[in-house]
Amino acid sequence: MTTQVQVAAKANSGTGASAYLVLAAGWLVPGAGHFLLKKPIRGTLLLISVVGMFVIGISLEGKIYTPNTGDLLDILGFVGQLGSGILYMLARVFGWGHDSVQIAVADYGTKFIVVAGLLNIISAVDAHSLANGRKAS
Amino acid sequence: MTHFNAVLLFALFVSTVFGITMRSEPKMMIRFGAYTFAMLVGSTIVASWLMWIIKR
Repeated sequence: MTTQVQVAAKANSGTGASAYLVLAAGWLVPGAGHFLLKKPIRGTLLLISVVGMFVIGISLEGKIYTPNTGDLLDILGFVGQLGSGILYMLARVFGWGHDSVQIAVADYGTKFIVVAGLLNIISAVDAHSLANGRKAS
Repeated sequence: MTHFNAVLLFALFVSTVFGITMRSEPKMMIRFGAYTFAMLVGSTIVASWLMWIIKR
């Protein structure tokens, strides 16, 4: 087992990207971590998935959470949406989404946006694992 | 967008990310992604029928 991890670490050391840089890039821009590791197909699929979910959530008039110390679910919602990285920042800057749920499907939209953030965090951690050799390929 | 369309899109995107991140080999990624998609959609349909039965 140990031998496999060491071999994987050597295999990924040729990309030249720091593991933490890959993690940060993957969080900020969906799929960017995989692009840095020269895995463009995975990066593209992750980009389409995360951005697609986020855009659907916005189009369904989902709620964009703001930093808060109120209800626990609101705090968790904010943390989840923050996982979208630059998409969340753009949504705040340009006023996308809504401050509150106003139509029935908007609750679906809110969930889509939160899950987009959570999926992006999974993607970034996966890129980090590839960069430091914890994941084989 | 209908509820079922929302389920299909949700399952498609989630299974894509899960397939890529949870497996190492491309063949296994596709297999796990398809499995995740089927489980998400299938469990939603089963849960929907259960709620319909409970309501009656």
